[in-house]
Amino acid sequence: MSVSKEEIEKIAQLARLNLKDNEINQIEGQINQILEYVKKLDELDTDHVEPLSHTLDLNNVFREDIVRESLPRDKALENAPLKSDKFFRVPKVIKK
Amino acid sequence: MTLKEKAEALRQQKFDLCDEVDNRLKLADDLSDLNAFVRLRPDQARQKAEDVQSRIRAGKPAGPLAGTIIAIKDNINIRGEFSTCGSKILENFRSPYSAAVINKLETADAVIIGKTNQDEFAMGSSNENSYWGPVKNPHDKTRVSGGSSGGSAVAVATGIADVALGSDTGGSIRQPASFCGVVGLKPSYGRVSRYGLIAYASSLDQIGPFSSTVEDTAYLLSQIAGHDHYDSTSVNLPVPDYCSLLKEDVSDFTIGIPEEYFSEGLDTQIKDQIYSIIEQLRAAGASIKKIHFPMTDYGIATYYIIATAEASSNLARYDGVRYGLREGNDEDLIAMYGLTRSSGFGKEVQRRIILGTYVLSSGYYDAFYNKAQKVRRLIKNEIDEAFKMVDAIITPTTPTTAFGIGEKVDDPLTMYLSDVYTVTANLAGICGLNIPAGKDKNGLPFGMQLLGDTFQEAKILRVGNFIEKNCS
Repeated sequence: MSVSKEEIEKIAQLARLNLKDNEINQIEGQINQILEYVKKLDELDTDHVEPLSHTLDLNNVFREDIVRESLPRDKALENAPLKSDKFFRVPKVIKK
Repeated sequence: MTLKEKAEALRQQKFDLCDEVDNRLKLADDLSDLNAFVRLRPDQARQKAEDVQSRIRAGKPAGPLAGTIIAIKDNINIRGEFSTCGSKILENFRSPYSAAVINKLETADAVIIGKTNQDEFAMGSSNENSYWGPVKNPHDKTRVSGGSSGGSAVAVATGIADVALGSDTGGSIRQPASFCGVVGLKPSYGRVSRYGLIAYASSLDQIGPFSSTVEDTAYLLSQIAGHDHYDSTSVNLPVPDYCSLLKEDVSDFTIGIPEEYFSEGLDTQIKDQIYSIIEQLRAAGASIKKIHFPMTDYGIATYYIIATAEASSNLARYDGVRYGLREGNDEDLIAMYGLTRSSGFGKEVQRRIILGTYVLSSGYYDAFYNKAQKVRRLIKNEIDEAFKMVDAIITPTTPTTAFGIGEKVDDPLTMYLSDVYTVTANLAGICGLNIPAGKDKNGLPFGMQLLGDTFQEAKILRVGNFIEKNCS
């Protein structure tokens, strides 16, 4: 299973990364080399194995529904690249 | 002097902590070409030292880390302080809150001397992936420090800091500790709160200490471990006084030696020295048991699928909206995302985001991500079985000593393979300790790894302490 240039372009778009042509070529080669390597997992029969997403046997962790102090708005806005009043400012989303 | 002795000496006013802080800052300045620090904190460090000292003079109590000078990896948040995570995208980010471990350190009266350099978002095995440039190995400046917590390892190896904190997702504490000749512990998953640690791969990440001696690691672990309601994966188990459990005796222990970790690819000097230490443990009364980990060969493949998948999701938050870099403000929203992320992330981070997005994408999810999770189960089962028979497992930490700067940068797969002995501990959630084991013919240090079952840090610390004090 190998990945094409077009697929890399599509994946990059989904991940919101703009790649230049030479970067796509380089990444395509490297990703294919890595995918070729990880194919060795196919040697293992895992038909009746439950996937493991987390090593601790935790299910839901509940706590009392008590209001605690949280980050004040001005602190949360401190690192914003652009803000106005109480809000994060973003480029226009709706077309004119 | 151990951290414990330092706290006592300071209480008896046997040394001046402010002078000590100044000496360390001077040393950091003299050694700035190693690039171990992203930022020193001279003002805050001096202020803390003065505060602790004046309390002692006034006859008031001081915390268990009074007198300790510590360095913190740049992916651990300190309120009001820059947390760049080795990335351009967070170049100007100041954290509005402190990590749980930082609150504990401050309450215990430690002096935080600075934030240490690291691979960007903790992705790397050499510290060459930092926006701030590579960290150099203090034993040979043409070689890497190891990564991703290279700056923390170097801060301790040079004596700029007594101890340091790093994070370990696939070996990022143990591998640089091995390359720089210091002690480094990856605690069991859930032992230390991850609250305030900037996430890379959440099911694998864990914060842990670096130090010069096993005893100091044990002491520091007792200070930073424990449940935290801001991290629901931190476990609610009592925290032992690890130092009191370091008795110098291994005669009641069975130690497992997995053959697969000593096969081809391992430097023979490292192999011979570790075998020699194993024989010394046998002579001291430990039972040595050969064990088999046939799954070892599948660790790296499993790790790089799971870690990149989790990373691609975790790093989606860097969108130029709420914090961090923003590029293309005059474009539309989608274009702004793309411009911000491709300008802000370095090459390795972009590569891992692409790989992670690919293995999670529909059509490939089962073949890669789900498959890797199933293999992760098999790996964990194998480890669980082994710990029914043994108290600790000894392996090498790294196949070689530190490699040259630039040697592996263009070949990601070769770089990934250098984590072959360390990723298993993260995949299985167990603890792993690197202790210095010797030096090769070029004078470069190498370590050995002690693996312990989940929450059995006391056992590997005890074996490590025994080796440190009794083996050569």
